[in-house]
Amino acid sequence: MSTFWSLFIVVLTLGSIAALVWLLLATARAKAGGAGQTTGHTWDEDLTELNHPLPLWWLGLFLLTVVFGALYLAFYPGLGANAGMLGWTSGKEVGADLAAANRKLESLFAQFRDLPLEALANDPKALDVGHNVFANNCAACHGSDARGAKGYPNLTDDDWLYGGAPEAVLTSILRGRNGVMPPLGAALGEAGVEEVANYVLSLSGRKADEKLAAAGKARYLTVCVACHGADGKGNPLIGAPNLTDDIWLYGGSLDEIKTSIRNGRSGQMPAWEPVLGKDRARLVAAWVLAQSKPVAPAGQAP
Amino acid sequence: MNHALIEKNIGLMAVLTLLVISIGGLVEIVPLMFQAQVIEPVPGLKPYPPLALAGRDIYVREGCYNCHSQMVRALASDVQRYGHYSVAGESVYDRPFQWGSKRTGPDLARIGGRYSDAWQRVHLLDPRSVVPESNMPGFPWLAKAQVSAAEVESHMRGLARLGDPYSEADFASVAAAVNGKTELDALIAYLQGLGKFAPKETPP
Repeated sequence: MSTFWSLFIVVLTLGSIAALVWLLLATARAKAGGAGQTTGHTWDEDLTELNHPLPLWWLGLFLLTVVFGALYLAFYPGLGANAGMLGWTSGKEVGADLAAANRKLESLFAQFRDLPLEALANDPKALDVGHNVFANNCAACHGSDARGAKGYPNLTDDDWLYGGAPEAVLTSILRGRNGVMPPLGAALGEAGVEEVANYVLSLSGRKADEKLAAAGKARYLTVCVACHGADGKGNPLIGAPNLTDDIWLYGGSLDEIKTSIRNGRSGQMPAWEPVLGKDRARLVAAWVLAQSKPVAPAGQAP
Repeated sequence: MNHALIEKNIGLMAVLTLLVISIGGLVEIVPLMFQAQVIEPVPGLKPYPPLALAGRDIYVREGCYNCHSQMVRALASDVQRYGHYSVAGESVYDRPFQWGSKRTGPDLARIGGRYSDAWQRVHLLDPRSVVPESNMPGFPWLAKAQVSAAEVESHMRGLARLGDPYSEADFASVAAAVNGKTELDALIAYLQGLGKFAPKETPP
């Protein structure tokens, strides 16, 4: 703040406090005529004004506010560029509050730090914290029940794109993942897309056009095999999904499979280490691991 | 100047009354108006690129500010949830700023990059398809309306007149940046840029 504006504020602020004190003292004095008398004015023929001194309790309260104001301006920033004797800023206050909150959290996190993820996944206290972290950060995509949505994996089954080992799940959370299914519409042509889609359907044992599927197999073995494998079981190292189960990230209808092949898919899991830090990430990983249950085989109700 | 004189001259009394009640505003508001001119943008902050600027207009048009603030308060609970508290230097190119005061939905000041573009797309079109308990309305019409390059350019020229450092090269880049883009693309570009230049270090 420039010196001019700083002085402007100081002069006006102190000046108005001084003016108020003067006004208070000037009007507190009983005028000539004494208490109970009129001020001597007469308006509209017979209206007169009684001249009572200010009540003492009111006068005292007013003086208290003046004293409070003076002390406030001395200790806190208020007079222009003057920082006040306490050196208070809202930034320092929030910093102190955060430090206090972190000290509390530190004692909470410390008890979990040396436990392996497998143990955390069976610790109700750790799961409680992990669930909160999940609800605040992960539920927007994976759902508050962790069942995911189209394009966002269901975490309650035991099918894992990048592997379900505790360390793999933690890595997915800390570093994020970028799933890349390239668009193959141009390479395969529309007829090729149709054939491969039928073959993919047949991989999970579903009804597909046999002739198209047979033609699709040949194409699959040249184009898709590199990521999804010859047996269609995928590759957790690069997040290529298993095509032989009945779990579909982007929908399992013929049309949806064709769209995935034609236009590709790019799933993005953000890296959460910068937001969560390692302690919270481990707890949420434990909670996620605890949600994962084997699914009923295809055809049976879950 | 005595009581009787002021009491009998209504004009004089009006002038003196105005003088007294203006002091609060003179002290609290006027210095800030001049201080606003000298606030430096946070490092890295540039005026909005064309697509994000178009998205910002859509944000205002659709009334997003009615439910979403863009102001992380200097409170521990806010900082823990959203990140570093908002600072004045982040808002120098916001005319008007979208700080807001109502949070029916979450604060958006640090939303950029928190979710993928694909998530934002699905969520804006139909929020409940990804967040079943959400009460946010869907905005499906945004996917159908195109962004007009001419409108964005004239908006940028207007901002340049107010002092935003846009160059002729920026104006020339508008058509390439927004042609063929829908309002949904523009809004996502705006959202993904929010908080990009927020202070990074944890508060002292």
